[in-house]
Amino acid sequence: MRYRSILISAGFLFLFAVLGTGMVAYTYDTTAERIADNERRALLRKLNEVVDTDSYDNDIFTDVILVQSPLLGTRAPAPVYRARQNGWPVAAVLSPVAPDGYNGAIQLLVGINLEGTVTGVRVLRHQETPGLGDAIEAERSDWIRRFTGKSLNNPDLDGWKVRRDDGEFDQFTGATITPRAVVKAVRNALIYFKANRHQLFAQDPEQEQEQETPS
Amino acid sequence: MTSYPKLVRDGFWSNNVGLVQLLGLCPLLAVTGTFINGLGLGLATLLTLVASNTIISMIRTLVRPEVRIPVFVLVIASIVTVIELSMSAYFHELYSVLGIFIPLIVTNCAIIGRAEAFASKNTVGRAMVDGFSMGFGFLLVLVVLGGMREIIGAGTLFAQAHMMFGEAARTLTFVLIEDYSGFLLAVLPPGAFIGLGLLIAVKNLIDRRLERRSVRQAAPSTQIAHAS
Repeated sequence: MRYRSILISAGFLFLFAVLGTGMVAYTYDTTAERIADNERRALLRKLNEVVDTDSYDNDIFTDVILVQSPLLGTRAPAPVYRARQNGWPVAAVLSPVAPDGYNGAIQLLVGINLEGTVTGVRVLRHQETPGLGDAIEAERSDWIRRFTGKSLNNPDLDGWKVRRDDGEFDQFTGATITPRAVVKAVRNALIYFKANRHQLFAQDPEQEQEQETPS
Repeated sequence: MTSYPKLVRDGFWSNNVGLVQLLGLCPLLAVTGTFINGLGLGLATLLTLVASNTIISMIRTLVRPEVRIPVFVLVIASIVTVIELSMSAYFHELYSVLGIFIPLIVTNCAIIGRAEAFASKNTVGRAMVDGFSMGFGFLLVLVVLGGMREIIGAGTLFAQAHMMFGEAARTLTFVLIEDYSGFLLAVLPPGAFIGLGLLIAVKNLIDRRLERRSVRQAAPSTQIAHAS
């Protein structure tokens, strides 16, 4: 008799597990496409902020390769989106990570044109202090826009630091660590781009495989 | 049997989740940096509470007492996941801001608390009203605290309203203080604790005033019952 009661309870629990899972599965099924679309659009919007939409005509979202380099601040393969005009390379959008933010890693998008000049930088994800470090977001301050037009010659390599470290870039009042991390990540992205420019735009997937190994 | 008006009064004021029961403080303190964030999480919690209370009240006679807690947890977790997916699909920007706090609604003890203490013992109608008023009371605390911290911390109100109401709502943002350099303490976690403390203090102050007045007015025999 006692076993029966336990079995009924277990069966009931099982029934609810199935019902609950079914409900979640159904919602997932009906929303998955929309969510993927949202994520795609959010990323595309950010991509278009770092590369001028008029400068390219390919589907930048699908023209992507994965690369791996310590210069990009992460061990995980980082996507590189490639902008082309009539098939000719125009710019690449790198996705470096600044691992040394004040509160963990800061994920960036850095657009760089063929000459090695920054076409734009945006923050994809961060956990910096609200009101201080979050001034790296384009919606909150103009700071991140000041990277546009910079390159490894302008300023030279020593200048790619915040002012407190005798560099060319402003820090924020009360926050030095966050801008320092971002400046360093952008500089490293430029260095990486300079060294791998030709391979980054290679069409041949086999060639891509080879240059993916970090030097 | 508690009457419907009493249920509403309990949820909104005398047994408020945030100010009296002090449940669900983690999301309450963490997301109330702005009015809109508070509103987003408040609405999600409200929806969860109404749905979980309703469903749990419906199945209350079927569930055997020994497995009721796991069943409640299953129901609540499923509801929250459904809400999370729907939010990601329809309010994507807000979802990306509230991020981890949406799944964390599962751990908001107010929800399982209401399920166990109220919904599992009352009719569906009452459970629904209880879920709504408890959720709404929580939402009120979230938006008041969020608004307070936003005004003091950043000098604005309704910033980033477009994340919830679409692009047209961008103009909703009030800049209350021009060229405000910000008061960081209000935005950081300590500001949340101080703000909530002040809110509770104000609520207790009002309660005491009301009590004193009612004692003075009414004859000693008709004492009005207050917060249990």
